[in-house]
Amino acid sequence: MNHGVVLFHTTSAALRAEKILVQAQLVVKLIPTPREFSSDCGIAVRFEWNHAARVKELLDNARVEVAGINQIK
Amino acid sequence: MIYLDNVATSFPKPDAVIRAMSNFLERAGGNPGRSGHRLSIEAGRIVYNAREAIAELFHARDPLCVIFTLNATHALNLVLRGIVRSGDRVVMTSMEHNAVMRPLRALERAGVQLIVAPCARDGSLDLDAMRRAITPGTRLVVVNHASNVVGTILPIAEIARIAHGAGALVLVDAAQTAGVLPIDVQTMGFDLLAFTGHKSLYGPPGTGGLIIGEMVDTAIIEPLWRGGTGSRSEFEEQPDDLPDKFESGTQNGVGIAGLGAGVRFVLERGIENIRAHEVELTRLLIDGLQAIPGVVVHGTRDGQKCTAVVSFTIPGHQVSEIGLRLDEEFGVLCRVGLHCAPAAHRTIGTFPQGTVRFAPGIFTTQDDLCATIDAVRRIVQG
Repeated sequence: MNHGVVLFHTTSAALRAEKILVQAQLVVKLIPTPREFSSDCGIAVRFEWNHAARVKELLDNARVEVAGINQIK
Repeated sequence: MIYLDNVATSFPKPDAVIRAMSNFLERAGGNPGRSGHRLSIEAGRIVYNAREAIAELFHARDPLCVIFTLNATHALNLVLRGIVRSGDRVVMTSMEHNAVMRPLRALERAGVQLIVAPCARDGSLDLDAMRRAITPGTRLVVVNHASNVVGTILPIAEIARIAHGAGALVLVDAAQTAGVLPIDVQTMGFDLLAFTGHKSLYGPPGTGGLIIGEMVDTAIIEPLWRGGTGSRSEFEEQPDDLPDKFESGTQNGVGIAGLGAGVRFVLERGIENIRAHEVELTRLLIDGLQAIPGVVVHGTRDGQKCTAVVSFTIPGHQVSEIGLRLDEEFGVLCRVGLHCAPAAHRTIGTFPQGTVRFAPGIFTTQDDLCATIDAVRRIVQG
Protein backbone atom coordinates (compact mmCIF):
# COMPACT_ATOMS: atom_id res chain seq x y z
CA MET A 1 0.00 0.00 0.00
CA ASN A 2 1.24 3.44 -0.99
CA HIS A 3 0.90 5.85 1.97
CA GLY A 4 1.08 9.55 2.63
CA VAL A 5 1.31 11.51 5.87
CA VAL A 6 -0.23 14.78 6.97
CA LEU A 7 1.98 16.81 9.30
CA PHE A 8 0.71 19.30 11.87
CA HIS A 9 1.96 22.07 14.15
CA THR A 10 0.11 20.69 17.20
CA THR A 11 -1.01 17.31 18.46
CA SER A 12 -4.51 18.70 18.94
CA ALA A 13 -4.69 19.52 15.24
CA ALA A 14 -3.52 15.98 14.37
CA LEU A 15 -6.21 14.49 16.61
CA ARG A 16 -8.83 16.78 15.12
CA ALA A 17 -7.78 15.78 11.60
CA GLU A 18 -7.91 12.09 12.47
CA LYS A 19 -11.49 12.48 13.65
CA ILE A 20 -12.59 14.38 10.55
CA LEU A 21 -10.99 11.85 8.20
CA VAL A 22 -12.40 8.85 10.07
CA GLN A 23 -15.87 10.43 9.95
CA ALA A 24 -15.39 10.67 6.16
CA GLN A 25 -14.67 6.91 6.23
CA LEU A 26 -11.08 7.20 5.13
CA VAL A 27 -8.60 4.64 6.46
CA VAL A 28 -6.08 6.59 8.53
CA LYS A 29 -3.71 5.96 11.41
CA LEU A 30 -1.90 8.24 13.83
CA ILE A 31 1.81 7.45 13.72
CA PRO A 32 4.97 9.00 15.15
CA THR A 33 6.03 11.62 12.61
CA PRO A 34 8.58 10.08 10.21
CA ARG A 35 11.81 11.90 10.95
CA GLU A 36 12.64 12.45 7.29
CA PHE A 37 9.87 15.04 7.20
CA SER A 38 11.14 16.71 10.41
CA SER A 39 7.73 17.86 11.45
CA ASP A 40 6.68 20.29 14.16
CA CYS A 41 4.61 17.84 16.11
CA GLY A 42 5.25 14.30 17.31
CA ILE A 43 2.35 12.58 15.61
CA ALA A 44 1.18 12.57 12.03
CA VAL A 45 -1.83 11.13 10.21
CA ARG A 46 -0.99 8.34 7.75
CA PHE A 47 -3.43 7.80 4.91
CA GLU A 48 -3.70 5.96 1.59
CA TRP A 49 -1.95 8.15 -0.95
CA ASN A 50 -4.60 7.72 -3.66
CA HIS A 51 -6.93 9.72 -1.35
CA ALA A 52 -4.52 12.68 -1.06
CA ALA A 53 -6.81 15.17 -2.80
CA ARG A 54 -9.80 14.16 -0.67
CA VAL A 55 -7.72 14.41 2.54
CA LYS A 56 -6.56 17.89 1.62
CA GLU A 57 -10.08 19.01 0.72
CA LEU A 58 -11.61 17.70 3.96
CA LEU A 59 -8.98 19.36 6.14
CA ASP A 60 -9.18 22.64 4.18
CA ASN A 61 -12.95 22.72 4.56
CA ALA A 62 -12.69 22.18 8.32
CA ARG A 63 -9.95 24.83 8.47
CA VAL A 64 -7.47 22.50 10.15
CA GLU A 65 -4.01 23.99 9.92
CA VAL A 66 -1.68 21.57 8.16
CA ALA A 67 2.13 21.76 8.21
CA GLY A 68 2.54 19.60 5.12
CA ILE A 69 1.31 16.58 3.17
CA ASN A 70 3.98 14.14 1.99
CA GLN A 71 4.12 10.84 0.20
CA ILE A 72 6.00 8.08 2.03
CA LYS A 73 8.54 6.64 -0.41
CA MET B 1 -27.11 14.47 54.22
CA ILE B 2 -28.31 17.34 52.04
CA TYR B 3 -25.55 18.90 49.95
CA LEU B 4 -26.24 22.56 49.16
CA ASP B 5 -22.76 23.76 48.23
CA ASN B 6 -22.90 22.97 44.53
CA VAL B 7 -21.69 26.37 43.38
CA ALA B 8 -18.46 25.82 45.30
CA THR B 9 -18.01 22.24 44.03
CA SER B 10 -20.80 20.08 42.66
CA PHE B 11 -21.45 16.82 44.49
CA PRO B 12 -22.07 14.02 43.79
CA LYS B 13 -20.52 13.61 40.34
CA PRO B 14 -22.34 11.64 37.61
CA ASP B 15 -21.24 7.99 37.37
CA ALA B 16 -20.00 8.64 33.82
CA VAL B 17 -17.44 11.11 35.20
CA ILE B 18 -16.05 8.62 37.69
CA ARG B 19 -15.93 5.89 35.02
CA ALA B 20 -14.14 8.17 32.55
CA MET B 21 -11.46 9.03 35.12
CA SER B 22 -11.02 5.44 36.16
CA ASN B 23 -10.82 4.40 32.49
CA PHE B 24 -8.14 7.02 31.82
CA LEU B 25 -5.96 5.75 34.65
CA GLU B 26 -6.53 2.09 33.84
CA ARG B 27 -6.37 2.11 30.06
CA ALA B 28 -5.09 5.39 28.66
CA GLY B 29 -2.43 6.50 31.07
CA GLY B 30 0.07 7.81 28.50
CA ASN B 31 1.18 11.41 28.25
CA PRO B 32 -1.40 13.18 26.07
CA GLY B 33 0.12 14.71 22.97
CA ARG B 34 3.74 13.82 23.56
CA SER B 35 4.57 10.43 22.11
CA GLY B 36 3.43 8.46 19.09
CA HIS B 37 2.60 5.20 20.89
CA ARG B 38 -0.93 3.98 21.44
CA LEU B 39 -1.29 4.92 25.12
CA SER B 40 -0.14 8.48 24.48
CA ILE B 41 -2.41 8.79 21.47
CA GLU B 42 -5.37 7.37 23.40
CA ALA B 43 -4.77 9.90 26.20
CA GLY B 44 -4.50 12.63 23.58
CA ARG B 45 -7.79 11.54 22.02
CA ILE B 46 -9.58 11.71 25.35
CA VAL B 47 -8.26 15.23 25.95
CA TYR B 48 -9.19 16.24 22.39
CA ASN B 49 -12.71 14.81 22.74
CA ALA B 50 -13.20 16.89 25.90
CA ARG B 51 -12.10 19.95 23.92
CA GLU B 52 -14.71 19.13 21.32
CA ALA B 53 -17.48 18.64 23.89
CA ILE B 54 -16.68 22.02 25.43
CA ALA B 55 -16.64 23.73 22.02
CA GLU B 56 -20.06 22.20 21.36
CA LEU B 57 -21.44 23.37 24.71
CA PHE B 58 -20.34 26.98 24.19
CA HIS B 59 -20.89 26.97 20.40
CA ALA B 60 -17.23 27.71 19.70
CA ARG B 61 -16.38 26.98 16.06
CA ASP B 62 -12.89 25.59 16.61
CA PRO B 63 -12.10 23.09 19.42
CA LEU B 64 -8.47 24.25 19.30
CA CYS B 65 -9.59 27.61 20.75
CA VAL B 66 -10.46 25.77 23.98
CA ILE B 67 -7.51 26.19 26.36
CA PHE B 68 -7.44 23.87 29.38
CA THR B 69 -6.56 25.43 32.72
CA LEU B 70 -6.65 24.36 36.36
CA ASN B 71 -9.85 26.29 37.10
CA ALA B 72 -11.60 29.57 36.28
CA THR B 73 -9.14 31.53 38.44
CA HIS B 74 -6.26 30.28 36.30
CA ALA B 75 -8.12 31.17 33.08
CA LEU B 76 -8.94 34.65 34.39
CA ASN B 77 -5.35 35.25 35.46
CA LEU B 78 -4.15 34.05 32.06
CA VAL B 79 -6.16 36.81 30.37
CA LEU B 80 -5.70 39.56 32.94
CA ARG B 81 -1.96 39.12 33.30
CA GLY B 82 -1.54 38.18 29.65
CA ILE B 83 -3.26 41.19 28.11
CA VAL B 84 -3.48 44.10 30.53
CA ARG B 85 -0.49 46.46 30.63
CA SER B 86 0.38 49.53 32.69
CA GLY B 87 -1.65 52.52 31.49
CA ASP B 88 -4.56 50.38 30.24
CA ARG B 89 -8.09 51.12 31.38
CA VAL B 90 -10.10 48.15 32.67
CA VAL B 91 -13.78 48.09 33.68
CA MET B 92 -15.36 45.52 36.00
CA THR B 93 -18.48 45.39 38.20
CA SER B 94 -18.87 45.62 41.95
CA MET B 95 -20.11 42.01 42.04
CA GLU B 96 -16.84 40.38 40.97
CA HIS B 97 -15.25 37.44 42.76
CA ASN B 98 -11.73 37.74 44.16
CA ALA B 99 -10.57 35.63 41.18
CA VAL B 100 -11.06 38.83 39.17
CA MET B 101 -10.71 41.41 41.92
CA ARG B 102 -7.31 40.38 43.29
CA PRO B 103 -5.43 40.13 39.97
CA LEU B 104 -6.94 43.47 38.94
CA ARG B 105 -6.08 45.20 42.23
CA ALA B 106 -2.50 44.00 41.78
CA LEU B 107 -2.48 45.36 38.22
CA GLU B 108 -3.90 48.64 39.52
CA ARG B 109 -0.85 48.98 41.76
CA ALA B 110 1.26 48.44 38.66
CA GLY B 111 -0.32 51.40 36.86
CA VAL B 112 -3.57 50.05 35.39
CA GLN B 113 -6.60 52.32 35.62
CA LEU B 114 -9.41 50.30 37.20
CA ILE B 115 -13.06 51.38 37.00
CA VAL B 116 -15.71 49.59 39.05
CA ALA B 117 -19.25 49.86 37.64
CA PRO B 118 -21.59 49.79 40.64
CA CYS B 119 -24.32 47.16 40.91
CA ALA B 120 -27.59 47.56 42.83
CA ARG B 121 -28.26 45.88 46.19
CA ASP B 122 -29.86 42.90 44.48
CA GLY B 123 -26.69 42.46 42.40
CA SER B 124 -28.23 43.73 39.17
CA LEU B 125 -26.38 46.09 36.88
CA ASP B 126 -27.65 49.34 35.43
CA LEU B 127 -26.56 49.28 31.77
CA ASP B 128 -26.37 53.09 31.72
CA ALA B 129 -23.78 52.93 34.51
CA MET B 130 -21.88 50.44 32.35
CA ARG B 131 -22.13 52.75 29.33
CA ARG B 132 -20.67 55.60 31.37
CA ALA B 133 -17.87 53.40 32.71
CA ILE B 134 -16.83 51.97 29.33
CA THR B 135 -15.31 55.05 27.69
CA PRO B 136 -13.54 54.91 24.31
CA GLY B 137 -10.03 53.58 24.77
CA THR B 138 -11.03 51.06 27.44
CA ARG B 139 -8.84 48.00 26.96
CA LEU B 140 -10.87 45.30 28.66
CA VAL B 141 -14.26 44.80 30.31
CA VAL B 142 -14.47 41.95 32.82
CA VAL B 143 -17.87 40.74 34.03
CA ASN B 144 -19.22 37.75 35.86
CA HIS B 145 -22.14 36.04 34.12
CA ALA B 146 -23.80 35.39 37.48
CA SER B 147 -22.84 36.18 41.05
CA ASN B 148 -21.52 33.40 43.27
CA VAL B 149 -23.14 35.12 46.28
CA VAL B 150 -26.72 35.82 45.16
CA GLY B 151 -26.81 34.30 41.67
CA THR B 152 -27.92 37.52 39.96
CA ILE B 153 -27.51 37.11 36.19
CA LEU B 154 -25.86 40.00 34.34
CA PRO B 155 -26.83 40.97 30.77
CA ILE B 156 -23.50 39.95 29.28
CA ALA B 157 -24.53 40.08 25.60
CA GLU B 158 -25.60 43.73 26.03
CA ILE B 159 -22.42 44.50 27.96
CA ALA B 160 -20.39 42.94 25.13
CA ARG B 161 -22.13 45.18 22.61
CA ILE B 162 -21.37 48.29 24.67
CA ALA B 163 -17.76 47.22 25.15
CA HIS B 164 -17.21 46.50 21.47
CA GLY B 165 -18.71 49.89 20.62
CA ALA B 166 -15.91 51.44 22.66
CA GLY B 167 -13.26 49.17 21.15
CA ALA B 168 -12.75 47.11 24.32
CA LEU B 169 -12.28 43.36 24.63
CA VAL B 170 -14.76 41.42 26.79
CA LEU B 171 -13.81 38.74 29.30
CA VAL B 172 -16.71 36.82 30.86
CA ASP B 173 -16.31 34.90 34.11
CA ALA B 174 -18.70 31.98 33.59
CA ALA B 175 -17.66 30.06 36.71
CA GLN B 176 -21.27 30.09 37.93
CA THR B 177 -23.08 29.65 34.64
CA ALA B 178 -21.21 27.17 32.43
CA GLY B 179 -23.55 24.18 32.25
CA VAL B 180 -26.46 26.11 33.77
CA LEU B 181 -27.35 28.93 31.35
CA PRO B 182 -27.17 28.89 27.54
CA ILE B 183 -23.85 30.36 26.42
CA ASP B 184 -23.04 30.97 22.76
CA VAL B 185 -19.67 32.64 22.31
CA GLN B 186 -20.44 33.47 18.68
CA THR B 187 -23.85 35.14 18.96
CA MET B 188 -23.29 36.64 22.43
CA GLY B 189 -20.11 38.27 21.21
CA PHE B 190 -17.57 37.57 23.95
CA ASP B 191 -13.91 37.64 23.17
CA LEU B 192 -12.82 35.49 26.09
CA LEU B 193 -14.79 33.13 28.33
CA ALA B 194 -13.35 31.63 31.52
CA PHE B 195 -15.03 28.58 33.06
CA THR B 196 -14.32 25.98 35.69
CA GLY B 197 -14.89 22.24 35.46
CA HIS B 198 -15.75 21.32 39.04
CA LYS B 199 -19.04 23.16 39.45
CA SER B 200 -21.92 22.86 36.94
CA LEU B 201 -19.90 20.93 34.37
CA TYR B 202 -19.60 18.08 36.94
CA GLY B 203 -15.89 17.51 36.37
CA PRO B 204 -13.31 17.05 39.12
CA PRO B 205 -11.45 19.92 40.81
CA GLY B 206 -8.33 20.98 38.92
CA THR B 207 -10.11 21.39 35.58
CA GLY B 208 -11.33 24.45 33.75
CA GLY B 209 -10.58 26.48 30.71
CA LEU B 210 -10.61 29.53 28.54
CA ILE B 211 -12.41 29.96 25.22
CA ILE B 212 -10.61 32.38 22.93
CA GLY B 213 -12.94 34.03 20.43
CA GLU B 214 -12.22 33.93 16.72
CA MET B 215 -11.71 37.69 16.53
CA VAL B 216 -9.02 37.80 19.22
CA ASP B 217 -5.45 38.21 18.02
CA THR B 218 -3.72 35.66 20.25
CA ALA B 219 -0.39 37.39 19.70
CA ILE B 220 -1.53 40.01 22.26
CA ILE B 221 -1.83 37.39 25.05
CA GLU B 222 1.40 36.52 26.82
CA PRO B 223 1.35 33.00 28.28
CA LEU B 224 1.50 32.74 32.09
CA TRP B 225 4.25 30.17 31.73
CA ARG B 226 6.21 28.56 28.94
CA GLY B 227 7.56 25.07 28.42
CA GLY B 228 7.17 21.78 26.62
CA THR B 229 4.16 21.34 24.38
CA GLY B 230 5.03 18.25 22.32
CA SER B 231 5.10 20.50 19.25
CA ARG B 232 7.80 22.48 17.42
CA SER B 233 10.27 20.73 19.69
CA GLU B 234 13.23 21.83 17.61
CA PHE B 235 12.69 25.44 18.77
CA GLU B 236 13.65 26.92 22.13
CA GLU B 237 10.96 29.60 21.75
CA GLN B 238 7.33 29.13 22.80
CA PRO B 239 5.06 28.27 19.82
CA ASP B 240 2.19 30.59 18.89
CA ASP B 241 -0.21 27.80 17.89
CA LEU B 242 -3.39 27.18 19.87
CA PRO B 243 -3.88 25.52 22.23
CA ASP B 244 -0.18 24.82 22.77
CA LYS B 245 0.87 28.42 23.41
CA PHE B 246 -1.06 28.39 26.69
CA GLU B 247 -0.81 24.70 27.65
CA SER B 248 2.83 24.05 28.48
CA GLY B 249 3.59 21.09 30.70
CA THR B 250 1.78 17.77 31.03
CA GLN B 251 -1.99 18.18 31.12
CA ASN B 252 -4.30 16.98 33.86
CA GLY B 253 -5.41 14.14 31.57
CA VAL B 254 -7.37 12.22 34.18
CA GLY B 255 -9.17 15.39 35.27
CA ILE B 256 -9.92 16.41 31.70
CA ALA B 257 -11.28 12.90 31.01
CA GLY B 258 -13.74 13.49 33.86
CA LEU B 259 -14.54 16.99 32.66
CA GLY B 260 -15.27 15.74 29.15
CA ALA B 261 -17.70 13.16 30.55
CA GLY B 262 -19.29 15.86 32.72
CA VAL B 263 -19.84 18.12 29.73
CA ARG B 264 -21.34 15.22 27.76
CA PHE B 265 -23.65 14.61 30.73
CA VAL B 266 -24.76 18.26 30.57
CA LEU B 267 -25.25 18.10 26.78
CA GLU B 268 -27.35 14.93 27.13
CA ARG B 269 -29.55 16.38 29.88
CA GLY B 270 -29.91 19.64 27.97
CA ILE B 271 -29.20 23.09 29.37
CA GLU B 272 -32.92 23.99 29.15
CA ASN B 273 -33.91 21.01 31.33
CA ILE B 274 -31.13 21.70 33.83
CA ARG B 275 -32.14 25.35 34.03
CA ALA B 276 -35.83 24.53 34.45
CA HIS B 277 -35.03 22.18 37.35
CA GLU B 278 -32.83 24.77 39.02
CA VAL B 279 -35.35 27.60 38.61
CA GLU B 280 -37.97 25.42 40.27
CA LEU B 281 -35.65 24.58 43.18
CA THR B 282 -34.53 28.19 43.57
CA ARG B 283 -38.13 29.45 43.71
CA LEU B 284 -39.05 26.84 46.29
CA LEU B 285 -36.07 27.83 48.42
CA ILE B 286 -36.67 31.60 48.13
CA ASP B 287 -40.39 31.29 48.92
CA GLY B 288 -39.82 28.86 51.79
CA LEU B 289 -37.13 30.97 53.43
CA GLN B 290 -39.03 34.24 52.99
CA ALA B 291 -42.04 32.71 54.71
CA ILE B 292 -40.02 32.28 57.92
CA PRO B 293 -40.33 35.40 60.12
CA GLY B 294 -36.88 36.79 60.89
CA VAL B 295 -35.16 35.45 57.75
CA VAL B 296 -33.83 38.01 55.25
CA VAL B 297 -33.27 36.69 51.72
CA HIS B 298 -30.78 38.72 49.66
CA GLY B 299 -30.54 39.22 45.90
CA THR B 300 -33.27 39.41 43.28
CA ARG B 301 -35.60 36.95 45.08
CA ASP B 302 -36.69 35.88 41.60
CA GLY B 303 -35.73 32.42 40.38
CA GLN B 304 -35.77 33.56 36.74
CA LYS B 305 -33.27 36.35 37.37
CA CYS B 306 -30.69 34.30 39.23
CA THR B 307 -28.87 30.98 39.15
CA ALA B 308 -29.49 28.37 41.85
CA VAL B 309 -27.88 30.38 44.64
CA VAL B 310 -29.86 31.70 47.61
CA SER B 311 -28.15 33.83 50.25
CA PHE B 312 -29.85 34.75 53.50
CA THR B 313 -29.20 36.13 56.97
CA ILE B 314 -31.08 35.93 60.25
CA PRO B 315 -30.58 39.12 62.28
CA GLY B 316 -29.46 38.15 65.77
CA HIS B 317 -27.74 34.96 64.60
CA GLN B 318 -24.15 34.70 63.34
CA VAL B 319 -23.91 33.01 59.95
CA SER B 320 -21.17 30.73 61.30
CA GLU B 321 -23.48 29.52 64.06
CA ILE B 322 -26.28 28.85 61.55
CA GLY B 323 -23.87 26.93 59.30
CA LEU B 324 -22.59 24.79 62.15
CA ARG B 325 -26.09 23.95 63.39
CA LEU B 326 -27.30 23.11 59.88
CA ASP B 327 -24.41 20.68 59.48
CA GLU B 328 -24.37 19.10 62.94
CA GLU B 329 -28.08 18.96 63.77
CA PHE B 330 -29.70 18.66 60.35
CA GLY B 331 -27.04 17.32 57.96
CA VAL B 332 -27.43 20.34 55.66
CA LEU B 333 -24.09 21.28 54.08
CA CYS B 334 -23.70 24.84 52.86
CA ARG B 335 -21.19 27.69 52.83
CA VAL B 336 -21.36 30.71 55.11
CA GLY B 337 -19.34 33.94 55.19
CA LEU B 338 -18.00 36.08 52.37
CA HIS B 339 -17.65 33.44 49.63
CA CYS B 340 -14.36 34.96 48.35
CA ALA B 341 -16.34 37.96 47.11
CA PRO B 342 -16.04 40.87 49.58
CA ALA B 343 -17.02 43.43 46.92
CA ALA B 344 -20.26 41.55 46.20
CA HIS B 345 -21.10 41.46 49.92
CA ARG B 346 -20.42 45.21 50.18
CA THR B 347 -22.77 45.73 47.23
CA ILE B 348 -25.63 43.72 48.72
CA GLY B 349 -25.04 45.16 52.21
CA THR B 350 -23.83 42.05 54.04
CA PHE B 351 -20.16 42.92 54.56
CA PRO B 352 -18.33 41.88 56.74
CA GLN B 353 -20.66 39.31 58.36
CA GLY B 354 -21.53 37.59 55.09
CA THR B 355 -24.48 35.31 54.43
CA VAL B 356 -25.59 31.72 54.63
CA ARG B 357 -25.59 30.41 51.05
CA PHE B 358 -27.72 27.52 49.79
CA ALA B 359 -26.81 26.20 46.34
CA PRO B 360 -28.89 23.23 45.21
CA GLY B 361 -27.77 21.26 42.17
CA ILE B 362 -28.95 18.88 39.54
CA PHE B 363 -29.29 16.02 42.06
CA THR B 364 -31.11 18.07 44.72
CA THR B 365 -34.78 17.18 45.24
CA GLN B 366 -37.74 19.23 46.42
CA ASP B 367 -37.90 17.02 49.52
CA ASP B 368 -34.29 17.99 50.32
CA LEU B 369 -35.25 21.66 50.21
CA CYS B 370 -38.43 21.22 52.27
CA ALA B 371 -36.31 19.54 54.97
CA THR B 372 -33.76 22.36 54.70
CA ILE B 373 -36.38 25.08 55.06
CA ASP B 374 -37.78 23.23 58.08
CA ALA B 375 -34.29 23.12 59.60
CA VAL B 376 -33.89 26.90 59.19
CA ARG B 377 -37.31 27.44 60.79
CA ARG B 378 -36.26 25.37 63.81
CA ILE B 379 -32.99 27.32 64.14
CA VAL B 380 -34.89 30.65 64.08
CA GLN B 381 -37.26 29.35 66.73
CA GLY B 382 -34.27 28.63 68.94
